[in-house]
Amino acid sequence: MIKLEGVKKAFGTQQVLDGVDFHVPEGHSLVIMGPSGSGKSVILKHIIGLLNADAGRVSVMGKNVAELDRSGLRELRRDMGYLFQHSALINWLSVFDNLALPLRETTKMSNSEIRARVMHVLDLVQLSAAENKLPSEISGGMQKRVGLARALVTEPNIILYDEPEAGLDPEMSASVSHMMRELKEEHGMTSVTVTHSVSCALTVADTLAVFEKGRFLISGPPTEVLNSKHERVREFLGAQLD
Amino acid sequence: MNPFQRVGAALMAPPVVGAGFTMHLGLAALARISHIPKRRRPLLDQMHLCGIKSLHVVLFVNFFIGMILALQLGFELARYGQQEAVGLAVSVAMVREMAPMMTAVVLAASVASAMAAELGTMRVQEEVTALEVMSVDVYSYLVAPRVLALTLIAPMLTTLSAIVGILGGGLIAYSQLGLDFHGYLRASLEALSDNSFFGVPRGLYTGLMKAMIFGFTISVIGCSNGLRATHGASGVGNSTRAAVRNSIIMIIVLNFFLGKIIYQ
Repeated sequence: MIKLEGVKKAFGTQQVLDGVDFHVPEGHSLVIMGPSGSGKSVILKHIIGLLNADAGRVSVMGKNVAELDRSGLRELRRDMGYLFQHSALINWLSVFDNLALPLRETTKMSNSEIRARVMHVLDLVQLSAAENKLPSEISGGMQKRVGLARALVTEPNIILYDEPEAGLDPEMSASVSHMMRELKEEHGMTSVTVTHSVSCALTVADTLAVFEKGRFLISGPPTEVLNSKHERVREFLGAQLD
Repeated sequence: MNPFQRVGAALMAPPVVGAGFTMHLGLAALARISHIPKRRRPLLDQMHLCGIKSLHVVLFVNFFIGMILALQLGFELARYGQQEAVGLAVSVAMVREMAPMMTAVVLAASVASAMAAELGTMRVQEEVTALEVMSVDVYSYLVAPRVLALTLIAPMLTTLSAIVGILGGGLIAYSQLGLDFHGYLRASLEALSDNSFFGVPRGLYTGLMKAMIFGFTISVIGCSNGLRATHGASGVGNSTRAAVRNSIIMIIVLNFFLGKIIYQ
């Protein structure tokens, strides 16, 4: 469903992606871990077409992302949800309007259908009571859940999570991880997650990959990666587990 | 670096890229004017922000501009016994030049900066990226209402500014130059009645046309600088400063060329 083949990307003289390859089949969950600033989020931005590779190919649902025109890209993005690291909610819109925005702008749904869909998704993240609040009036954890609800409201087939646990306390972080797991198990959603949290990775991942210096050091089932003999992987994950 | 690379690097220099993006944004906003019926609410919100919230400053500044013009011109004209002509001079200067330009400068300082700061903050906090990811047309959703609002509001504010400026000049003409206030107003109106175009004095419609062009330019520059903001809070500060600076430069340059085209 998502395939990267020999993807390279440089910003100035810094080679951020240096021949990245992976394949995420439908209904599968890939979790990418790695040091801060190593370029993990850049991978997500290539998948959703915010950045184009200098070399290599990114294909999503059989379409080469780099070859899509503006309308093709919009069409593809309607099938994808993106949870931002800092939620990125529109600050002057209420929680309800933030969720209704993509439906109002990109579908022909009636107001009652939009209301029903938004309230259903808000129920899912247990935030029905906050529908009229502004993002500035709710906590960081609630903002993150609203961000997740907004990513889900268009009922995408693919969801990309950029550090879903960032800024959350351990309890809320675990709750978001379980929500991600449920989405995969109950709705068969395909996902790529970038995270620093081993517990999030273990809850969510079918495949765990460790990324550094533009390349994957290792990828495979989470238990296999955690027990890897690769020195750098052990250093990185050991520090996380400590 | 070979000559071709040097030309390429010069063409890709940030100011050139910025100017290109600003022109693209202006055209993109114009192409989305048909989306405005769907954007009535944001359009009215922006008109309120641009118009009502700037009104007192615009009127205050232009009242003083009218007074300054009357004072300086009045004393000079009095040396030649022509102080009665001060109404004519003030009204022509206010309607043709000072009201459109000073209103635009105030709008650049207050509205273009606000647009750049607001959109810049949205850009660095990934809200604009979130809109792109949700397939929301950023130019239609964020830019078109702002551009149309200021393009419509600028002529309205300019009309009020010209009236207030002429009244300010009248106050000085009466209190400092010893002229009859009604005579001053009559001379002001007579000066504007020449060359009327479908009943609208030429000086007035050219002034309003300038104001519309200034409003469009300021809003596009404000939005463009905001959408190109990078590197957090300092980046937003830089984009705000650039929006005000570039708007004022463009107002002055455009004012010269528009004046040359219209009155030559």
